[in-house]
Amino acid sequence: MATSITVKNLTKYFGDVKAVNDVSLTIESGSFLTLLGPSGCGKTTLLRCIAGLEDPDGGEIYIGDKLIFSHTRGISLPSAKRELGLVFQNYALWPHMKVEKNITFALEIQKLSKEEMQRRVKETLAEVQMQGYEERYPREMSGGQQQRIALARMLAYRPKVFLMDEPLSNLDARLRMDMRAELKRLHHSSDATTIYVTHDQVEALTMSTRIAVMKDGILQQLDTPDVVYHYPANLFVADFIGNPKVNLLNGVVIGDKCVRVGSFNLNVDTGNASGEVVVALRPEDATISTQPDPDAVEFNVYSVLPSGSETTIVASRDNVEITVKEAGVSKIKMDDKIWLKFHPHALNLYDKESGDLIPYKN
Amino acid sequence: MASLETAMSRLFSRHWLASARRFIHWLSRPHVILSLIMFVLMYYMIIIPLYRMLETTLTWQMRDVATVPGAELGGLTLYHYARMVTGALSEIYLYTPLRHSLTIATGATVLALAIGGSLAWLVVRTDMPGRNMVNQLAVIPYIMPSWTLAQAWVVFFKNRLSGGTPGVFEYLFGQSPPDWLAYGPVPIIICSALHYYTFFFLFVSAALMSIDSSLEESGELMGASRWRILRKITFPLVLPAILSGFIMTFSKVMGTFGGPNILGAPVRYYVVSTMIRGSIGVGDRADGFVLALVLILLSLLIITFNQRLIGTRKSYETIGGRGFVAQVTKLRQWRKVFFVGVIIFQALVIIVPIGLLVWSSLMLQDGNYSLSNLSLQHWIGERGTIYNHGEPGVLLNPKIYKTAWNSIRLSLWTALFTALFGVLLGYAIVKGRGTRLSKLVEQLAFLPYVIPGIAFGAVYIAMFVKPLGPLPALYGTFSLLVLVSIADKIPYSSRSGVSAMMQVGRELEEAAQIAGASIWRRFKGIILPLTSAGFVSGFLLTFISVMRELSLIILLVTPDTQVLASQTMFYIENGDQQMANIVILILIALVSFGSFIISRFRGGSLKKGLGM
Repeated sequence: MATSITVKNLTKYFGDVKAVNDVSLTIESGSFLTLLGPSGCGKTTLLRCIAGLEDPDGGEIYIGDKLIFSHTRGISLPSAKRELGLVFQNYALWPHMKVEKNITFALEIQKLSKEEMQRRVKETLAEVQMQGYEERYPREMSGGQQQRIALARMLAYRPKVFLMDEPLSNLDARLRMDMRAELKRLHHSSDATTIYVTHDQVEALTMSTRIAVMKDGILQQLDTPDVVYHYPANLFVADFIGNPKVNLLNGVVIGDKCVRVGSFNLNVDTGNASGEVVVALRPEDATISTQPDPDAVEFNVYSVLPSGSETTIVASRDNVEITVKEAGVSKIKMDDKIWLKFHPHALNLYDKESGDLIPYKN
Repeated sequence: MASLETAMSRLFSRHWLASARRFIHWLSRPHVILSLIMFVLMYYMIIIPLYRMLETTLTWQMRDVATVPGAELGGLTLYHYARMVTGALSEIYLYTPLRHSLTIATGATVLALAIGGSLAWLVVRTDMPGRNMVNQLAVIPYIMPSWTLAQAWVVFFKNRLSGGTPGVFEYLFGQSPPDWLAYGPVPIIICSALHYYTFFFLFVSAALMSIDSSLEESGELMGASRWRILRKITFPLVLPAILSGFIMTFSKVMGTFGGPNILGAPVRYYVVSTMIRGSIGVGDRADGFVLALVLILLSLLIITFNQRLIGTRKSYETIGGRGFVAQVTKLRQWRKVFFVGVIIFQALVIIVPIGLLVWSSLMLQDGNYSLSNLSLQHWIGERGTIYNHGEPGVLLNPKIYKTAWNSIRLSLWTALFTALFGVLLGYAIVKGRGTRLSKLVEQLAFLPYVIPGIAFGAVYIAMFVKPLGPLPALYGTFSLLVLVSIADKIPYSSRSGVSAMMQVGRELEEAAQIAGASIWRRFKGIILPLTSAGFVSGFLLTFISVMRELSLIILLVTPDTQVLASQTMFYIENGDQQMANIVILILIALVSFGSFIISRFRGGSLKKGLGM
């Protein structure tokens, strides 16, 4: 049932702007791929190209083994024949049709029997927990309910690929959490190949099997959430993912496995790096101590921001500012002295000029 | 070597094939096909006529061959321009009418601003009683045919100059009104202003409603006086609305024909629009076209000026947004005075003119005000009397029935096509947003906006006196009237179509597209149902606006294709005043009926119908 998708060298211009710039990626059958990036990075355009709503200016797209788009060969299958479903950010339910009609619209085109249509309506409404809403008009439902119906509408005609364009961004924070869990469950049970567009890195990290980070139309990194989070391919990805933000510290390689940052040294695998580098450190990757420790670096506490489950601490030392996190409510107060210990393998080094990750030697 | 060659040719043909496929794919997209179809249609309906008109002014015409030595039929010449712009007759043909046109357009616009602006302020920003009613009544003069007031004016103020019969004024006061009051610029300006003030009224009241009252309140807190606030804060904020009204009114008055013809002709006060008809009427088609081009150039100039001037200022309109029911000025002891004043004004421009027309229609002999002269002759009289050149009364007159049927037919067809064009243009333009084709179609659709009604009619004569491509010579046919009316309404249909499509939003259609719906199914199931409210109100508004259109078709009608609007003009010119007035009354009845139906429909507002 599920199928893979292959995108090769896809390019799309809007005027002189390359909205999608030579993007190649493969989405394995049954996986949940998130296209992640800031607004204007080309993620939605890429999705729309796959959906057949935009015509790319170069490259090829396959669904399974089937070539559905090729610029050089002049092939472009209409959306209807690509066997995919799309959920829109603003739901796009047809306002003049009741829920039932919204769902059966596509089924009528597939010429299903009346009984089959009824069965599908019941089935999909149950799947999104909206039983009994058949006779409602879209405007008679809340945003969250409308989004569930939009989902049901897509599920009902059983496309091979699910495309979702920021489906949760119009919902409030609570509802978004609930829907995330449900979408993940849905993907788990249907096993359909899913491409999910979002600018919310938490959404990407929590839901995907793979994340593709994009910027200015160019694919930055494509990997599992774990790798993208812990080993961002470049400074942009490192900075975009994670909350609170990653610490990016300017430093100089002063020896094998040693980088000088401001007035202290960090022990880290420097790979083949030399000269100026940027050290990236996740806030949760430092051990905080209130007692002096010869292996740790002394910092002054600039600010303490508790948020219940964790406490964010901003510490500084000679113009170097570091954000760290501690679980629970911290006893540390502003202007305290703390000692931070950094785990060598939690630190990533980036080339200052290119911004690319410098791989470890070992 | 040979294998390389075949490989090359294969590669080449494959490349060629791919381009062809891409082209076909591009071409098979619904909005591209629609854009191309609409482009071709508009090219035929707008560009070719304009070109033909220009061509006519630049070549020797049949008439010139007989009168000008050395003229060669069809040869290129600047003769007509020289004649109209610098020749001995240019003062009579061009400069004097142009001065007159500018005078009445300026005068009418200023007066309309004063009336419309004050009414808007009274309705939106004061505690005057009966504001709702005033608001409803304020648009009625615009719904009536534009020359209604002119005709009523003649009934009241005419002196012995035309027809030799006394007007109501002379009957009441025993004295004949002076020429300047009976005819010429003063009455033309007043009658035009009383018709077109609606633009200002609607624009300014909308702007006043959208101004956030806190902007004015903060002025008041700083100690500014009411007058100062009005002048320094409110006025600049409604300025864009005033300018839009200015442009609309000015160009409409420049191109209007009815009023200036009724009130100007008796004293030989000619404006450009009446001059165009004069020239074309006596066969000087090229001269008439030069004048039409002058009108087009003028309105192009005004619109460019307008865009320069308020292009950046339009952003004002969004300021504040929802600050409705701002601060209301308390009129105190003046409340009743203002109310009575406004009601008298509205009675004067609505009830009195209609009353005068009815009275006049009941007079057996025009200008005889005795009771014994009252008669239904002109309504239901027999054929073959000494009245009205032997024509029977209007209600028994087969000619009038035919004319009325023509009017209804013309309005129905035009409304139908205009509404249809609206949906198609809206779809083509919105779906293609950002592409050159879409921009081209949108700009082309805007073009008729700058062509004044009478000039548009002139353009169509130029085009359809001869067969054109697959089209036969359409001059004198009913189809030509339909065609020119549709063309004239294209800017309006495109604009309302675009805004309707924008409201539908592209996702709703895309959702259907992905679900596998064909273009036909998408139109039937999604787009038409969602735009139908706009479709219906657009249809009805076009219907009433075509019904009372005169300037556009006056040059194109023939006895066979006569419509009610042009019939009134021919009766007036024949001296059959009463018949003309009855036909105007019928027209008002038809248009009012149409407006009544519109008011029953949700989403139909007059503002949309004004082509804004």
